[in-house]
Amino acid sequence: MGNRTTMKGTESKEKLIRLFLLATALSAISILALISVFIFTEGLPIMFRHGFKKFLFSLDWYPTEGHFGLLPMIIGSLMVTVGAMIIGVPLGLAGAIYLTQFSSKKVRMVVKPMIELLAGIPSVVYGFIGVVILVPFVRENFGGPGFSVLTASIILGIMILPTILSISIDSLMALPPAYREGSIALGATEWQTTRMVLLPAARSGIIASIILGMGRAVGETMAVIMIAGNATSLPRTILDPVRTLTSNIALEMGYASGEHRQALFATGVILFIIIMVLNTVANLTSRKMSR
Amino acid sequence: MIAIEVNKLSVFYGQFQALKDVSMKINKQKITALIGPSGCGKTTFLRCLNRMNDLIDEARIVGEVIIDGVDIYREDIDLLELRRRVGMVFQRPNPFPLSIEANILYGLKVHGINDRKLMEERLVRSLEAVQLWDELKDHLRKNALSLSLEQQQRLCLARVLAVEPEILLMDEPCSALDPIATARIEELMFDLKKQYTIVIVTHNMQQAARVSDFTGYFLLGELIEFGETEQIFTAPADRRTEEYITGRYG
Repeated sequence: MGNRTTMKGTESKEKLIRLFLLATALSAISILALISVFIFTEGLPIMFRHGFKKFLFSLDWYPTEGHFGLLPMIIGSLMVTVGAMIIGVPLGLAGAIYLTQFSSKKVRMVVKPMIELLAGIPSVVYGFIGVVILVPFVRENFGGPGFSVLTASIILGIMILPTILSISIDSLMALPPAYREGSIALGATEWQTTRMVLLPAARSGIIASIILGMGRAVGETMAVIMIAGNATSLPRTILDPVRTLTSNIALEMGYASGEHRQALFATGVILFIIIMVLNTVANLTSRKMSR
Repeated sequence: MIAIEVNKLSVFYGQFQALKDVSMKINKQKITALIGPSGCGKTTFLRCLNRMNDLIDEARIVGEVIIDGVDIYREDIDLLELRRRVGMVFQRPNPFPLSIEANILYGLKVHGINDRKLMEERLVRSLEAVQLWDELKDHLRKNALSLSLEQQQRLCLARVLAVEPEILLMDEPCSALDPIATARIEELMFDLKKQYTIVIVTHNMQQAARVSDFTGYFLLGELIEFGETEQIFTAPADRRTEEYITGRYG
């Protein structure tokens, strides 16, 4: 008898736990849904009113006078992202190749977690280091104001390094050792093995890491505000200051009202779409990898 | 004719001695089978012959392996050329996740052979040698991983043959295959021995008896007995060999 009651007790407890977990899972999804709905309802109407073309292709951003051209910010985001890729991808890939193929296990055990620690440094600290060290360095050595595409690209490149490096390492380590053995046994060098067998075999994981890093670069705000200069004009060289989409929202939201405020939400819509596309591509490629 | 002469070869993994003073003369264009229970050192021995044990950080190798009058453990040996001349086929088929064609041509590329005509010729010849050409000639761009296990193992063999080795090392090449595929690979080995020296590690004693000319029995890192296969299987000199081949081992 006593046995049966305790059975019943565990059963209802199980049910309760299951319900609770369901609720938490649903809350995560509903928060995402709420955010999307909120951004789109706030941002889309003004885009319809003034025309998508104007938002996407006009150069003039005078929000208080009704000009909402986001092109300089779109270009700005693209430039710093591409710049960050140019710096972060080769460094990350080279690091991953070294740590998986050439270094001893001991070195990898020490270095990998240290690089992953980079991801834990708050972005304001990156911005601070940028302002104090990199901005004057760029100004003195390359010219321009120092607050520039170049400066932002370098800092962002370092910030996305852990993402690219650790996911690339994981996908290279996930390859069966038999690939490497087969290649070495044919008389290939370590480097030939890496370049001609292992990198192609780990390609989708590496691409996914690059896209995730790209997403991080597009979305980064604080560090970029501090070092990119934030001018709303089109940059002519990489030494000119730029403003990114994220910076645009963060800088002006504090005092914007009316259509200006809506235009910032429209900025958010564009950003949202860019990030969604990047994430979807990353998911699709990593799914292809697991197959 | 001796293809490989092994003198007092010992291998240590850290503190553990995996191979103890093994000496053996392996004949040219014959099939030599290495048998023995798991962990007896036969695979370790095989992997010494093309220096694949170099990949293991803590492995230490003492002794000589002489191929064509040269000790392959000498400092100045050309390791890449050695591995070209002494090809290896592994226990599980391990084609690269590339096309069939790319798998075969890989070895040529890493050895700097770029001549189109020569590449084409070797591609056909090596696939013919493993009897895959007729089946696959219209599917050369297909991913090698889509082939059956037997085809994959044949492809791995063809990949080795493409770089024109002299010696073939096979580490239990049939253990992932069914009996029919195994029989066909064995037939292939008979064909290949006209041209190549073959050393095969096998768990399967019937296989050793069927295919090999010479057999070596390993136990706990020692070469207990080595001789002509017929003698080993009919009149073993050592009691331990007899116990193993009659299934009374352990």
